Amino acid sequence: MRRRALGIGLWLLLAALVLTVYVIAPRFVSDFHSRDLAQAGVFFIAIVGLNILTGYTGQISLGHGALMAVGGYTTAALAVHEHWRDVWTIPLAGLAAGIVGFLIGLPALRLSGIYLALATFAFAVAMPSLLRKFSGLTGGGQGLRLLEQAPLQVTGLSGTVTIFGHSLTQNHFLYYLTWAIGLVGFVIAWLILRGRLGRTFRAVRDSEVAAASAGVDLARAKTLAFAISGVYAGVAGALLAIQDEIVNPLSFSFLLSILLLVGAVVGGLGSLPGMVVGAFFVQYLPDLSTRVSSAPGVPDFVYGAAIIIVMILLPSGVGGLLGRLAEPLTTRLYTRP
Amino acid sequence: MLLAFDWTQLAQQIVIGLASGGVWATLAVALVLIYRSTGVVNFAQGEMAMFSTFIAWSLVDHGLSYWAAFLLTVAISFVGGVAIERAVIRPVERAPVLTVVIVTLGLFFLVNGAARWLWSPETRSLPNAFSTRPIDVAGVAFSIQDLGTIGVSLGAVALLWAFFRFTKLGLASRAAAVNPDASRLLGVRVSWMLALGWGLAAALGAVSGMLTAPALASFDQNLMQPVLLYAFAGAVLGGLDSPFGAVVGTLLLGVLINLVGTYVDWVGTSLRLPFALAVILGVLLVRPEGLFGHASARRV
Repeated sequence: MRRRALGIGLWLLLAALVLTVYVIAPRFVSDFHSRDLAQAGVFFIAIVGLNILTGYTGQISLGHGALMAVGGYTTAALAVHEHWRDVWTIPLAGLAAGIVGFLIGLPALRLSGIYLALATFAFAVAMPSLLRKFSGLTGGGQGLRLLEQAPLQVTGLSGTVTIFGHSLTQNHFLYYLTWAIGLVGFVIAWLILRGRLGRTFRAVRDSEVAAASAGVDLARAKTLAFAISGVYAGVAGALLAIQDEIVNPLSFSFLLSILLLVGAVVGGLGSLPGMVVGAFFVQYLPDLSTRVSSAPGVPDFVYGAAIIIVMILLPSGVGGLLGRLAEPLTTRLYTRP
Repeated sequence: MLLAFDWTQLAQQIVIGLASGGVWATLAVALVLIYRSTGVVNFAQGEMAMFSTFIAWSLVDHGLSYWAAFLLTVAISFVGGVAIERAVIRPVERAPVLTVVIVTLGLFFLVNGAARWLWSPETRSLPNAFSTRPIDVAGVAFSIQDLGTIGVSLGAVALLWAFFRFTKLGLASRAAAVNPDASRLLGVRVSWMLALGWGLAAALGAVSGMLTAPALASFDQNLMQPVLLYAFAGAVLGGLDSPFGAVVGTLLLGVLINLVGTYVDWVGTSLRLPFALAVILGVLLVRPEGLFGHASARRV
């Protein structure tokens, strides 16, 4: 009983700590840099979603950038063509990408492992050309420019946003918005994964045959994982569109899909807290690499080397390391005496 | 309607398709080599081939003839491939497959960056290895270059096949891929067989790069990225574990893309790649292991 109380107390303490960091973080960085933090939040949301699919259900996706494109373009198209306020499009963007994710999940039922990775990669590669082709809806190669085509729908156009009587700069607003959604998304993912559905996902990941013989509906579990993961990607894409105030085919190239998978693996597949590190890795590493030297090629060289070194040192990602570090604590809290 | 159909044009487009598919085939077989021995898809294969092509360019720039540079580059690439396997792949040999895939993605950025660092990012060109003079066969124009490219590409693949089929080392490396534990007991140095596979794949990629570059008016460090995509698509179509399938798959893909781009107006040039990918996805749904691949069965 005391042990349980201690466990709950520790969780509450951790939650309070996370919330405090969330609220005060912008005070320690410049206004400009809080936009970088906001972008890291976009990666965080997408990577948490990818982790549900790849880390917990074992389905490799190299096409999540394309699902983000679905979300981003839903937001931009609703704002430009239908005059929706940008932030209110987020749920619909998530829904749209969730449906597309579900549809990708259907052919994925026949494929596994590397074949699935390459099929989803094909989706990511094809997406920019598709966006260019259907230019009536997507603006073609030009993309959709919210600031010029729908200025009235952009939140914070005047430079400040007022929420609950507090006046925030636009960059701070974007930070708080993105990470608020990120934290809620994190908690929802945690709740999904700790319950019956999460156990189903993990059973599919560990052995499809064993899961099926235990009564798991493989098709349902996999498509559901794709759909949930798609919702996360769509919301991330919508937030990216809102932050950049523009979407075009280049913002969702196949490199984005690759970066998301790199973030998820560096963060540690099958670990949710590790995803924070994964998101920051993806967001800040290019910048840090440029700082080493901006001579042509050097940033990419450093970037690639960093990815390789991290993978050699931490083959199971940061999450694996966190798990090992926390093991003495978790075993004390969760083993029966 | 049928009479008006231009059969010469059809034949011409098929030839063009085979020529491009032939170049992709070498890279596709390189991918298959590594996939068969390690179960990993090497995303850096195209960039490694690009790097080799730049080495060849430097050699030609220093006065070597194309073919001397060609052979020297193949040798250098083999050593480079072995070195890469020893340096970055061996440490993650026992890690999950996805970790190794991420390492090859890191290698993608690293090699691309290194090439732009060592050779400035301006465009350059390689001389043509073959005459571009067209030969006319019943109204269909072949160029010697087309035929030579297909010949060298398929020749390299055939040479590789002979190596695996007829040499003791080839047998050992096949054994290491099929059953590492049993091979180890029989005295095969499994780990070095993987390095050998990487070396051969790098050499084959170099061939592919050096055939791709001369056909272009100029090239830069992004030379092989589209080729890698087509090689992936062709290899998946043929079956990732079948070298023969990779060759047939890329040739089919080359022809298919050309025909669709020419005859289906709505697809045109802009949707050629997505269309080809959609077709491949269709094939995979019917045969998930590709046209010539083997379905993997596992005892539980």
